[in-house]
Amino acid sequence: MSVVRETEKPKVSLLYDPKVRSIAYQLGLCAIIAFLVYSAATNAINNLAKANIASGFGFWNTTAGFDISQTLIEYSTVSTYGRAFWVGLLNTLLVAAIGIVLATILGFVVGVLRLSKNFLISRLAAGYVELIRNLPLLLQLLFWYNAVLKALPELRDSLAIPGGAFLNNRGLFVPQPVATSGFTAVWIAFFAGIVGSIVFRNWARKRQEQTGQQAPVFLVSLGCIIGLPLLVFFLAGMPLELSFPEKGRFNIRGGVEILPEFAALLFGLVLYTAAFIAEAVRAGIQAVSHGQTEAAYSLGLRAQPTLRLVVIPQAMRVIIPPLTNQYLNLTKNSSLAVAIGYPDLVQVFTGTVLNQTGQAVEVVAVTMAVYLTISLGTSAVMNWYNRRIALVER
Amino acid sequence: MAVTDTEAFEARKAADIAFVQSATQEPLPPPMSHSGAVGWLRENLISGPMNIALTILSILLIAWIAPPVIKFLFVDAVWSGTDRDACIVTAERPHVGACWAFVRDRFSYFIYGSYPVDQRWRVDIFFGMLAVGIFWLAWLRAPRRDIGSIYFFVVLPIVSFILLSGLPLIGLPKVDTNYWGGILVSIVVAAVGIVFSLPIGVLLALGRRSDMPAVRLLSVIFIEFVRGVPLITVLFMASVMLPLFVPESWSPDKLLRALVGVAMFSAAYMAEVVRAGLQAISKGQYEGAQAVGLSYWQMMRLIVLPQALRITIPNIVNNYISLFKDTTLVFIVGIFDLLKTIEAARIDPKWAAPSTSPTGYAFAAIFYFTCCYLMSRYARQTEARLEKSHRR
Repeated sequence: MSVVRETEKPKVSLLYDPKVRSIAYQLGLCAIIAFLVYSAATNAINNLAKANIASGFGFWNTTAGFDISQTLIEYSTVSTYGRAFWVGLLNTLLVAAIGIVLATILGFVVGVLRLSKNFLISRLAAGYVELIRNLPLLLQLLFWYNAVLKALPELRDSLAIPGGAFLNNRGLFVPQPVATSGFTAVWIAFFAGIVGSIVFRNWARKRQEQTGQQAPVFLVSLGCIIGLPLLVFFLAGMPLELSFPEKGRFNIRGGVEILPEFAALLFGLVLYTAAFIAEAVRAGIQAVSHGQTEAAYSLGLRAQPTLRLVVIPQAMRVIIPPLTNQYLNLTKNSSLAVAIGYPDLVQVFTGTVLNQTGQAVEVVAVTMAVYLTISLGTSAVMNWYNRRIALVER
Repeated sequence: MAVTDTEAFEARKAADIAFVQSATQEPLPPPMSHSGAVGWLRENLISGPMNIALTILSILLIAWIAPPVIKFLFVDAVWSGTDRDACIVTAERPHVGACWAFVRDRFSYFIYGSYPVDQRWRVDIFFGMLAVGIFWLAWLRAPRRDIGSIYFFVVLPIVSFILLSGLPLIGLPKVDTNYWGGILVSIVVAAVGIVFSLPIGVLLALGRRSDMPAVRLLSVIFIEFVRGVPLITVLFMASVMLPLFVPESWSPDKLLRALVGVAMFSAAYMAEVVRAGLQAISKGQYEGAQAVGLSYWQMMRLIVLPQALRITIPNIVNNYISLFKDTTLVFIVGIFDLLKTIEAARIDPKWAAPSTSPTGYAFAAIFYFTCCYLMSRYARQTEARLEKSHRR
């Protein structure tokens, strides 16, 4: 070993050995970071002690003492801070989940319309995308909330919407479906329908591989998933009642109340994210070369199967990564709820709980941990899906 | 042989046979239904039932949205007045549109916030210097762009800081950041984000591609952490946790805390943009630079970064657009940016009228749209230019 070194490598001083240098740099960097973390921690401990603020998660089980306007789980003023955290988190997830579904639908529609041969509709779609993408989301949310929803009539002049719903500046009140006895059968039929359609699809695929005959998978699945529960629903004697909202003098009783904050946040998020999704969809479809469509036509495929079997699967490959990003952005942007007072995680936890307890480090750390988990979890799932549909190269 | 043929033809032509054309006919114009306005209509708007349905749908949509918006913004708008009386609904004026009188009255507040009136020339100079810097860097064929970038990334921040916050030593009275507001603060936050995010982002991107595992790990942790959380939480962290982490005597002011948050946040996004550019540079460039004996920093500064940054200009500008839109979030941690001044002005009883809020938002929308649209045009133009130069 030492012989080799003497003959092949000139002796370098330690100062000029790249390996030694690299290790020294890294040690130096780690030392600086460690020093920063250490001084930040000692400062924090000193400052907290001076301000008489407790540390640790003892506050988690103390009574919160404030009310929240929208709760998906049971919550009252005597509930704990921990409970308030879960209420906020569920509200965030609710608006994110509904927002993602609606934004995907709107985004795909607008993206396809933007590529339409129809001059008017493609200009309209382009105008929508340009306008929305160049305005800050916060401005849009404030506009929808303060200028549109808050400008709706007062309670006593509520707009009555046909079908028993009311709209006023306190929100949208819609009839609430209440399941009576026998409704479980409909659920059972629904799940049976899903299982049935999966079984049928597998059977149809196998048969097509063996014999080449095709089966109407879409129609049969539709019948199983929607038709079967409907049939059971009518057979069981329609076990569903609608609880209509009734307008009193000072409030509205019964029905489901959709808060204006929720509506404004959802509306703003969906319109904003859909514009970005539309761009991703347009880019994805344009990335599939025209030769693919022509080749499919020359093989005898019609327009619809060409789209379904040739264009969309290839476009999806390009669309999925930016689409994932947009889903994450929507979830993160839902934290703007704090500006219009929708009780999401940031508003409830980083807002009210932080103000009441003063435990900034713990509260901000927990909030960040939640968003990080959501982000990393979503990207893990989408990466898995992306790998599954990615091009398999030999 | 050929000669005789031609001769025969000439002979026949001379005989002047009536049914043979002697000259090429001009082509007929295409049929009416396929040319001009009618053809365009047929082609683009009514070529099939689906297309007709879409056309009708879009006409309905335009008819539903455009007239009320135009009526509100221009026809029914109030252009002058001194307080809310100009913009409230009265018996003789049942329709009141946008209250532009409100924007005119509060215009200087929207631009300068509460910056002392006799010192506002300093802000004007700052805007001017910033405009020069942006123009210098954005114009790709401007002279001495190297001096331009020193001006933009070193001189401008220092001079603007002295100019805006004041230095009693040279006769500029101090102006506390609490008095800053409006477009000034929006621009300051955006400018700080723009000036700091690029160098820090480049360092983080280099760190992420470094051979040293500790450097790589730290860069990855920082980038992924910041990109995984919403900007609001970063701003909250900067505004409530930063004061805890530094000695009490420092106590950074509110604007500075938000600026730290914004700079950190945009640097992490910038790092990913720059990394994409670094990955697009072929390995031969790195190896070539090493073969001629350049050190790591020389290689990056002279060979790799100039190429990588040039191809990422469109993405960098797109990143700046989202940064510019995100500056509105400082509103939530209580800083008077443009949106916050509009919020404050619109709930002021002096101008309390139903159309005040939409007008204020329309003003903000015009400002943000103009800035973002110009930036995105620039990004697209540069992209087209780069594509052209790559094609050869």
